[in-house]
Amino acid sequence: MGFLDIRNVTKSYGSVEVLHRVDVAVEEGEFLVLVGPSGCGKSTLLNMIAGLEGISGGEIAIKGRVVNGVHPSKRNIAMVFQSYALYPNMTVGQNMTFGLEMHGVPKPEREEALSRVAKLLQIDHLLDRKPGQLSGGQRQRVAMGRALVRNPDVFLFDEPLSNLDAKLRVDMRTEIKKLHQSLKTTIVYVTHDQIEAMTLSTRIAVMNKGHVQQLGTPKEIYDTPANVFVATFMGSPAMNLVPATVVMEGGVPHAAVTDADGTPRHLRFSQANLAAWAGKPILLGIRPEAITDPEGADRKSANIVALANRVGVTEPAGSDTFVTMQLSGKDIVARMRADALVAPGQVFDFAVNMEKAVAFDPATEERIAP
Amino acid sequence: MSAATQDTAVSTGSFTRAFLYLVLILFALFYLLPLYVMGVNSVKPLTEITGGNMMALPSVWTLEPWRQAWSTAQIGVEPTGLKPYFLNSILMVVPAVAISTIVGALNGYVLTKWRFRGDTWVFGLMLFSCFIPFQIVLIPMAVVLGKLGLAGSVPGLILVHVVYGIGFTTLYFRNYYASFPTELVRAAMIDGAGFFRIFWRILLPVSGPIAVVSVIWQFTNIWNDFLFGVSFGGTSQPMTVALNNLVQSSTGVKEYNVHFAGAILAALPTLLVYIVAGRYFVRGLMAGSVKG
Repeated sequence: MGFLDIRNVTKSYGSVEVLHRVDVAVEEGEFLVLVGPSGCGKSTLLNMIAGLEGISGGEIAIKGRVVNGVHPSKRNIAMVFQSYALYPNMTVGQNMTFGLEMHGVPKPEREEALSRVAKLLQIDHLLDRKPGQLSGGQRQRVAMGRALVRNPDVFLFDEPLSNLDAKLRVDMRTEIKKLHQSLKTTIVYVTHDQIEAMTLSTRIAVMNKGHVQQLGTPKEIYDTPANVFVATFMGSPAMNLVPATVVMEGGVPHAAVTDADGTPRHLRFSQANLAAWAGKPILLGIRPEAITDPEGADRKSANIVALANRVGVTEPAGSDTFVTMQLSGKDIVARMRADALVAPGQVFDFAVNMEKAVAFDPATEERIAP
Repeated sequence: MSAATQDTAVSTGSFTRAFLYLVLILFALFYLLPLYVMGVNSVKPLTEITGGNMMALPSVWTLEPWRQAWSTAQIGVEPTGLKPYFLNSILMVVPAVAISTIVGALNGYVLTKWRFRGDTWVFGLMLFSCFIPFQIVLIPMAVVLGKLGLAGSVPGLILVHVVYGIGFTTLYFRNYYASFPTELVRAAMIDGAGFFRIFWRILLPVSGPIAVVSVIWQFTNIWNDFLFGVSFGGTSQPMTVALNNLVQSSTGVKEYNVHFAGAILAALPTLLVYIVAGRYFVRGLMAGSVKG
């Protein structure tokens, strides 16, 4: 049993079920990120934890207490909204202590909590201002401050960074991570941004169409995606997926593909149990960073396969150079070192780290587990 | 925002500008003419009006007509002046405006932030009440007031005006609150504020502009109403009915100067409300119509 338990929770509007039997146990101090495309049910789930939406089936428990039907204010949670939801008529200080005031906390204690949190977030010079006089980043801090003052069991974040500009978003992301490391609070965080999910979380729940597709640490999600959806949703550029056939060579399974010029190529798998798929079609998944120039290849990998292929397009991005080429009729992307000498139209010797390759069943789109 | 909108006027040459102002001033004078006539004739003796020029300034200035209109003029059968009726109107209009505005605000709050099944129907029906002509409800209203024992009293009139006004005030507040972010209400819920606390602490403080619209609208409508006043006023008739009784009296000499003074007295409160709160009026009516 976890600190925050979501047990078989469903949500339906009329006869339409939008959230199907979600089952997640969050430990104390964990940073769980719910990530998925819009309409996947992640915000609905968060609102159900907060008590802003009813639970159609199953139960949610915080610290062992089932909170179905418990009013939001009595769940000992705090929430940071996407729009910050600061009360426009109150000062920053009043905004932050409103919750304490409503819970009947005496004034000296409120003042003390306010000054402690204001110092922590470096907003103590803003306490007398109205939200309308603050910049986006400052509002964001106040919104977090309002949550922190309450000292709740669980923090809920609903896409808190999506209204900030790109640079500020990265700064605030680090800030949130720092806060979590120093305060060790339990956080459930909703985002549609997979980079936020990867960088912030201790665990990720990838959601799609009301189902949790995969629940795991960022590394598990990234390296061993449970299905094609998770593989393509997480990571930027997305994982390359090419149709391939499993062939046996010297007793080891290989992926049979064709290069840009139509020549058949065999890429040796590290995953022995793919022998069972000999002669059958699969979907081969390779992350862009697993396809490099030979010098840039991972030295610790035991299975680097050479692949000569004709370069389609090169896109220098400063830190990396992205190379697009054809494999089995699909455009795939390789992430090269910035100064790799690759020219369009040239046949280049790529190094493919097949240790990181994954295979999916094309019928079910599920990963073929080792 | 205000700084940005100042420059939107089309720039014109000084001749065009002078011409524009001239035309506008002429129009303004034309519209002010009746007020001028009322004003000058209310401060001259009756003989000057009957014997001469209505447009001329008085040769003898007197406030006697005002005094008479206020306290001694014959209203119906009693020589009471307009004073007691003015008081009736105030006693009626203040609670009626206050109650209908507060109820409208609460309705708007519930219809936007505490949605329930069929809420759009409820709102639609309330909107419908804005389009019912006064005359249609006279008889049913008389029956209801009679049953409640409120016929012919100020509370009866208050009830009538509140019932009639709620449709409009609800419309105003609902549309205003519709653009108020629901996330704020949710945040307040998590913070532990209840239904009335959220209304009182979060929504009401930012409702200024729309409250002014509601008050002006309700005040002018209720103050100027004649039909309900004459039908249900009984012994506590409002100012409008008394003014009618003063001006339409068919016996004795027509004291035009007193009538003019009485008419101005009857119009003063609404004028005052417009002057004090008018600048919020347009602001409130436009609120939420443009994002910004």
